[in-house]
Amino acid sequence: MEVTRQKLDDLKIRQHTAQRMLKGDVPDTELEEYIEERVLFTTLEKAQNWARANAVWPATFGLACCAIEMISVIGSPRNDLARFGAEVSRASPRQADMLILSGRVSIKMAPVIRRLYDQMLEPKWVISMGACASSAGMFNNYALVAGADRFLPIDVYIPGCPPRPEALMYGIIKLQKKILDQPELGWRERYQAQGTEERA
Amino acid sequence: MPDATGLELIAQRVRDELGEDAVTGTIYYRDQATLEVPPARVRDVLAYLKTADQEPFEFLSSLHGCDYLPEEPRLAVHYELLSMQRVERLRVRTRMGVDEALVPSVTDLWPGANFQEREVWDMFGIEFGDHPDHRRILMPEDYEGHPQRRDFPIGGEPVIFTFNEDEGPRWYE
Amino acid sequence: MSEHEGKNPLAVPYREREKSITMEALDQGQAPVYGTELERDTELFTLNIGPHHPATHGVLRLLVTLEGEYVHEVTPLIGYVHTGIEKSCEDQSYWKVIPFVERMDYLSYYFNAMAYCMAVERLLEVEVPTRAQYLRVLHMELNRISSHLFWMATSILDFGAISFLWWGIRDREMTLDLFEMSSGQRMHPRYFQVGGVMEDIPPGWEQKCREFIKRMPSRIEQYEAVLDKNEIFLHRTRNVGVVDTQRLLDLGVTGPLLRASGHSWDLRKAAPYSSYEDFDFQVPVGTVGDHYDRYRVRIAEMRESLKIIEQALDGLPEGPYITENRKIALPPRHELATSMEALIHHFKLVTEGFRVPPGEAYAAVESPRGELGCFVLADGSAKPARVHMRDPSFVNLQSLKDMSEGTLIADLIASVAMLDPILGGIDR
Repeated sequence: MEVTRQKLDDLKIRQHTAQRMLKGDVPDTELEEYIEERVLFTTLEKAQNWARANAVWPATFGLACCAIEMISVIGSPRNDLARFGAEVSRASPRQADMLILSGRVSIKMAPVIRRLYDQMLEPKWVISMGACASSAGMFNNYALVAGADRFLPIDVYIPGCPPRPEALMYGIIKLQKKILDQPELGWRERYQAQGTEERA
Repeated sequence: MPDATGLELIAQRVRDELGEDAVTGTIYYRDQATLEVPPARVRDVLAYLKTADQEPFEFLSSLHGCDYLPEEPRLAVHYELLSMQRVERLRVRTRMGVDEALVPSVTDLWPGANFQEREVWDMFGIEFGDHPDHRRILMPEDYEGHPQRRDFPIGGEPVIFTFNEDEGPRWYE
Repeated sequence: MSEHEGKNPLAVPYREREKSITMEALDQGQAPVYGTELERDTELFTLNIGPHHPATHGVLRLLVTLEGEYVHEVTPLIGYVHTGIEKSCEDQSYWKVIPFVERMDYLSYYFNAMAYCMAVERLLEVEVPTRAQYLRVLHMELNRISSHLFWMATSILDFGAISFLWWGIRDREMTLDLFEMSSGQRMHPRYFQVGGVMEDIPPGWEQKCREFIKRMPSRIEQYEAVLDKNEIFLHRTRNVGVVDTQRLLDLGVTGPLLRASGHSWDLRKAAPYSSYEDFDFQVPVGTVGDHYDRYRVRIAEMRESLKIIEQALDGLPEGPYITENRKIALPPRHELATSMEALIHHFKLVTEGFRVPPGEAYAAVESPRGELGCFVLADGSAKPARVHMRDPSFVNLQSLKDMSEGTLIADLIASVAMLDPILGGIDR
């Protein structure tokens, strides 16, 4: 029976094609088309990056008002982070990929955040959410560290006070693109810190 | 709120009970009554107002400090008292200079004053005698200085514009 | 118990062994585990429930000393999000302080602004028009509902019911939509200004608000249906964390915590501000003062807030939405083209701001957590000399010791949840 080009969703045709393949009845060109429709060829790095980008697990870390918007991104049905693979937000930094610094970084909290960041395993990314974590925000005074990039390497800055949930999602998608396309365009390049990767 | 005459009556009763030097002044501004008390007598006055007075104020709403620079005496502690029975508020204020910044603690009258007095110590440097846990609460323990005094600099980063971007701090180099 | 005396602990059946680990055994001088010596000193275990923890609501650090699973002592350590807001306020003109002050208690932002605006209005002796008062009440009650919903979402999550996280945030989105419609921002809109509100509500807001009021009661019923008679929830909250009323009053605790213990003190009823006396609502009061009462009080407060919102919408008067005093409020933009005084007022207000005659004032509102007071000291210039917020969470946190010492560590987590601390307000 000739198999004409029909919709691939047709179950019967697929079953029939599979039967024929098992019998060895499928000619070469058709077999190649079949495979090309179903199998991807890529490099290992790209596959790795694709996996990492689509499953970035944020650490549940909220400091102040931006944390409310972050929780509303993780939790609310309207802006839902789960569809981008970041559903599982782990409490322990050792199991998390991404630290979303949401809120004002005070001088008392800065060493704690640094310790949390050090406890995270490579590869890890940091999103600085809101104005207070990126720069001093509104509060340019004695009590805040003017931007968490004083002590942490940050990958994506999201402005806003607080940024809308859509803005936070845009930032996370940008991070995903960054991981997918050019992971080396991260902080190690920028700060010339090659060779600081943790070894096993 | 106790009106102006009510405030004067309260002041008079406190003076009768605790002596003439217990109240140094009364202020009635915008329908709010303030009793001014010297720092050493604060605890006695508050204890009297809490229970012994015929119109007691048994709830301490707020305890906070204030810096009146450039007026002297500079530092002040405010006690906002509330009477839930009569829905009246009274403010008791003590003022002192930086050198005599010592006030008796009221944590035995109101345990809720604990954190608030620690905050006043942290921010203004006013010591509270007999406070059970006299240390900083909001700033790190080894911080020097009392931030909310008026002569403490606001701190922070200089805003970098194009005219001063070359003199700005370059911590990344 | 005595029949197992002297045996190897592993020879005792597991259930029998576990029964012995109670405080009575320790008090009577017996070792909690059979066959072991009572080493009192080594029973105490200090645990740091650090600033980063899935359960603490914000960056609250608790130093807990445990005896087994019983909390011997708990010390809250705060200051991890201290932003120096009060000091920053001294550098800003009066209306610029409003965004700063809103970010203190970051779940009930309208209340912060309200307390501050009330204090400044009292210093200026300016009348707020009735329409502005009603609009303020509307937004504050919506904020109360959204704050209680968020409390419910995160606190019941601490008890283990994750569904409430999703539901609470889902319903909160409706109120955030309303806030966005009226002022453009979901959180921290500087909607309340000194003298009134920034802008009138747009057309369609009232209708959307009425839809919200129609939808909410059934949602609240659904939440109650899950939790009210839930055996697990009742076991965890009934008679847990009881602090008697006099102790709460001495500690300075206000709000739902005080009302749950039976003392009915609500500033909206006792010292009505901003035309709360026009509305007919009740204040829910608990009886025992345990966690279950605190939960019930907050849910009931949500229903009462819905009633207030409905009455405010029905009775919303016409009129100006901000005071007519041009020395304090910006003139409407169409006047700037025709009137010279309006232009001058606008210029002076925007560049320098209005001046407040020297004096001090303290104004208090009833926020979802208790009495939120604002103390403003004015020295005659265009910038306040001192702004201090009496934050309810800061004072309520002192009752954590009373609530949780002597109970299990799971009850400590429940106490922190039911206290509803907002670290932005605690640390300021």
